[in-house]
Amino acid sequence: MKNRTKLPNVYLAFILVLMYIPILLVILYSFNESKISSVWGGFSLKWYEELFRDKALLEAMVNSIVLATVSSLSAAVIGTLGAVGMARAKLRSNGIIEYISTLPIMMPEIILGIIFLLFFSLIGLPFGMTTLIIAHTSFCIPYVFILVKARLAGMDKSLVEAARDLGASEMRAFLDVTFPLILPAIASGILLSFAMSLDDVVISVFVTGVNTNTLPIKIYTQLKTGVTPKINALCTLMFVITLILGLLSVRLSKVQNKPVKSEKEESL
Amino acid sequence: MSGSTRVSRKKKGAGLSLLSVMPLYVFTLLFVLGPLVYLVVLSFLEREEVWGVVNRFTIKNYLSIFEPIYLKTFYESVKLALVSTSLVAIIGYPFGYFMAKLNAVWRKRMMMLLMVPFWISSLIRLYGWIIIFRANGTLDWILMGIGITDAPLKLLYTYPAVAVGMVYALLPFMIFSVYSSAEKLDWSLVEAARDLGATRWQAFRTISLKLTLPGLLSGVVLTFIPSMGLFFIADILGGNKVVLVGNIIQEQLMKAHNWPFAAALSVVLMILTSLMIRMYRLITRVKDLEGLV
Repeated sequence: MKNRTKLPNVYLAFILVLMYIPILLVILYSFNESKISSVWGGFSLKWYEELFRDKALLEAMVNSIVLATVSSLSAAVIGTLGAVGMARAKLRSNGIIEYISTLPIMMPEIILGIIFLLFFSLIGLPFGMTTLIIAHTSFCIPYVFILVKARLAGMDKSLVEAARDLGASEMRAFLDVTFPLILPAIASGILLSFAMSLDDVVISVFVTGVNTNTLPIKIYTQLKTGVTPKINALCTLMFVITLILGLLSVRLSKVQNKPVKSEKEESL
Repeated sequence: MSGSTRVSRKKKGAGLSLLSVMPLYVFTLLFVLGPLVYLVVLSFLEREEVWGVVNRFTIKNYLSIFEPIYLKTFYESVKLALVSTSLVAIIGYPFGYFMAKLNAVWRKRMMMLLMVPFWISSLIRLYGWIIIFRANGTLDWILMGIGITDAPLKLLYTYPAVAVGMVYALLPFMIFSVYSSAEKLDWSLVEAARDLGATRWQAFRTISLKLTLPGLLSGVVLTFIPSMGLFFIADILGGNKVVLVGNIIQEQLMKAHNWPFAAALSVVLMILTSLMIRMYRLITRVKDLEGLV
């Protein structure tokens, strides 16, 4: 019996180790003194120093953070209002709008990038931050919408009814009862969206302008042309940021009574 | 709670609710449906000599796909997608299945351990593979160290490197899908089968496998679809040696400026995608993909 239970666990551990090796290597080499990544030249922080002297990279980092903040917050407003409104006004068109609005995370990323590229040049919108924000908002909305919708469905409706019976206006009841209850879902949606936006390369490559670089775009071009160990340092920093955001998001979703698992699978 | 106040309340609330769904409606129609419709329209338009589009209807763009060079790329893409999907299924299915058998505490821990690499930029993870695969990289160092090989393998920019990159990027989708259906499995059914004299393999085949099939198939869909379009993996790990539909679309769009043709390729890719989802629903009779939400 003991042998039987051991083998699967060995398998699980083995695959997990394989999954982490590439990431650990990147982190390890970010502290490597030597410029050649196959040689270990001793511990050093010099790539981090060089990273912070690289103006173009820092600008890309600021761009990425601005983009992720604006997109995830816009998505939070649009997605939350949409989910709350749809739960109340049962319009016949709700189903189809819901379907279309979740398409951005259902179709291959490359197609989303292409339709935006084509559409923005059709309507003559100059490529840059604006186009990036619209594109990123489009794939952030589904995350917020789905999370808030699930939270609303699990909510006790008699609470709002009670507030209304006690004389609260529609607005009051929403602000005092519904909103605090769906807040964890909204927050976890924002964090998830933020992380997805910060990470996106495929869609950004298509909709960015010549002068606007985001961090992933910058990394992508460097990976294609030539890599300096600065990229290791940068990747490690981004790893730490996404890790913190991810852990926060999990924390928040634990506050909800219905655990939101495997959200990231929607990132299709 | 008298009926009349309910009705008046509902009327008043409806205005507010309508107002609150407006942003979603407007955004969705303008920035999701609009671009999608334009893509389809564009795919039927003719291309201007050097740059731009002429408003003349044609199906030439779709016919071009059948030119041998593009047909070959579609074939290569589908082949790579099949190879990666099969590998992902072979590696991921047991993982998700075994994971569901763990106790609650370890299941949660495994979930976290799986999510963390998933949060990290896919580029960072790809870069890790570059470090491993490049000449005199980690793999060569290990293999030459043990004495299995005595010269660098030069695996970077080869087909196997791209396949590994794909499997690595897509494995979590499969694991989560299989896990979410294996988690719901009633293990007492398996026990019952064993008690009634079934061998372990028989019990697995007739019960476990059958009941986790929706998860497996959903994982196949979730792996197969993106693997057709992940052009940057082929780009970074394959150099220019591995060309996928995604790469051609990108090239036609950014370099050749043949937008109608890129649009037509995208439409075909999208149709393939939705066909797969439809097939999945037909086979499993499940509306949503397992483990998607």
